[in-house]
Amino acid sequence: MSILVFLEHHDDELQKGALAVLSKAAQLGDPDVAGVVIGAGVRALAGEAGKFGAAKVFVADDESLGAPLPQQRVDVIASIVRDHGYDTVLFAASVLAADVAAGLAARLDAGLNWDLVDLAQQDGALVGKRPALGDTVFVDVGWTGEPRLALFRSGTFDPAATGGTAELVDASVQLEEHSQAAKMIEQAHAESEGPDLAEADVIVAGGRGLGGPENFTLVEELAKALGGAVGATRAVVDAGWYPYSTQIGQTGKSVAPKLYIACGISGAIQHKVGMQGSGTIVAINKDPNAPIFEFCDLGVVGDLHAIVPKLTELVRERRG
Amino acid sequence: MKVAVCVKQVPEGTKRIDPGTKRLDRSGEGALNSFDAHAVEEALRIRDAAGGGEVVLVSMGPAKAADALRKALAMGADRAVLVTDDAAAGADLVGTSRVLAAVLEREAPELVLFGQQAADADGAVLWSAVAERLRRPVISQVAELTVADGTARGKRQTEFGYDVIEAPLPAVVAVSDAINEPRYPSLKGIMGAKSKPQETLVLSDLGVEAGAKTEVLALADPPPRGETRKLEDDGNAAAQIVEFLDERRLL
Repeated sequence: MSILVFLEHHDDELQKGALAVLSKAAQLGDPDVAGVVIGAGVRALAGEAGKFGAAKVFVADDESLGAPLPQQRVDVIASIVRDHGYDTVLFAASVLAADVAAGLAARLDAGLNWDLVDLAQQDGALVGKRPALGDTVFVDVGWTGEPRLALFRSGTFDPAATGGTAELVDASVQLEEHSQAAKMIEQAHAESEGPDLAEADVIVAGGRGLGGPENFTLVEELAKALGGAVGATRAVVDAGWYPYSTQIGQTGKSVAPKLYIACGISGAIQHKVGMQGSGTIVAINKDPNAPIFEFCDLGVVGDLHAIVPKLTELVRERRG
Repeated sequence: MKVAVCVKQVPEGTKRIDPGTKRLDRSGEGALNSFDAHAVEEALRIRDAAGGGEVVLVSMGPAKAADALRKALAMGADRAVLVTDDAAAGADLVGTSRVLAAVLEREAPELVLFGQQAADADGAVLWSAVAERLRRPVISQVAELTVADGTARGKRQTEFGYDVIEAPLPAVVAVSDAINEPRYPSLKGIMGAKSKPQETLVLSDLGVEAGAKTEVLALADPPPRGETRKLEDDGNAAAQIVEFLDERRLL
């Protein structure tokens, strides 16, 4: 087994999720786990990966790779896999990584399993574990050939710094014409807003079920009464109801407060992966079939517009 | 402007995996994947804004997926191509992308649209594999799309905020469900859908094989989570929530 891990980075930092997958790969027993870092001015970054279990890190450092676009990354990884014979390529799920992994699957005609929460060797074969159908069933998945590609659900593992050093190897950068066609016009940069959400003990979050941006006041009032912070789903952020900095989910923040109150949130997997580590989850939703009722501690089927203001009142009375 | 939309029929209601085949049970009623309705809506708007052209639906699935296609035709798409073949059942990303790309090569649209994900398999990667096979640029997760002067420009959300990406046509674009509100088919649209062209192909028509490079080995129950207490609001829900929070010493 020889494993290559895609090491995504942003604003001069290797992403925690990618380092976590690297740590996981190192624990599988392959002594030659390698990482690949692709970008412009990323050589120093590549060295970091040694601490997390990479024996070798391929570096594709070129001005043409500055924007985090997927197709050029497919070109680079495909040639590393071909030249060095890696049989397994692992990715931590992200907007970029998913597009790279699927493009690579097509380029190499390789099997891709996604949304994995575990990976293990069983009788010499690699077996991935994947929750399916709203996490109601756990599926063991495998590959019928090599290379094997896998995307891990975000937040599945934690990085483990073991303190090694990696050998840096220059990767060749030969880009296909179609891989250079898309251009980044404006690139997102992580907002350096306070860590409010990530460190809050209580979060009250609102979703599309609120009905409109004006109803976020209901969520804000309840959060204030509980001394907590306000969160939002991707759907309402994309719709412009609430700022991106409050978004919880796969694209957004991962949170684990003691109490999470979800108002009008269906519980799509996108959102779930960002908040399932919460201590106690209370969900208020008018749709009795909403997936969130499968993973909350208290599920209330009803109209949040009636329930939330009353709840705010009662909490205020209680807390004086 | 010729726009192709890749759509999928997904099982309606509670989904189950057939323990025999270890595949999703597709024997019951099917529906148009709700995420795909946003891609169809966007295609219709682009066609109409361009003052004409064609919206072609491209799908692979069981024969009865034609019903889901009819819903998209009722919304206003012009025609549909469905690849249905027993040999394609169980195809994974590698196989499905090969088949869809073969249809798209024949159709040669200027723009290929995808919805954000499949509601059944939670897959959210197919566009990138199809774009690679077509050797076309791809933009994913697009929440605002502008198509003009031979260029597609998409604003999309990532883990870090919003990117704006531009690609020359022909291109592949996957849209987020935030991009629009899909229209409901009108009565006229529903009646008209029946007479719109629906082509059915088998794999040999395309000269490709489907196939899979991944497999399902076993199914198991998920690890247990603590009991979920569920209640319906009879006017006292707020008080009951407070009681629950009290029990857990969260107030």
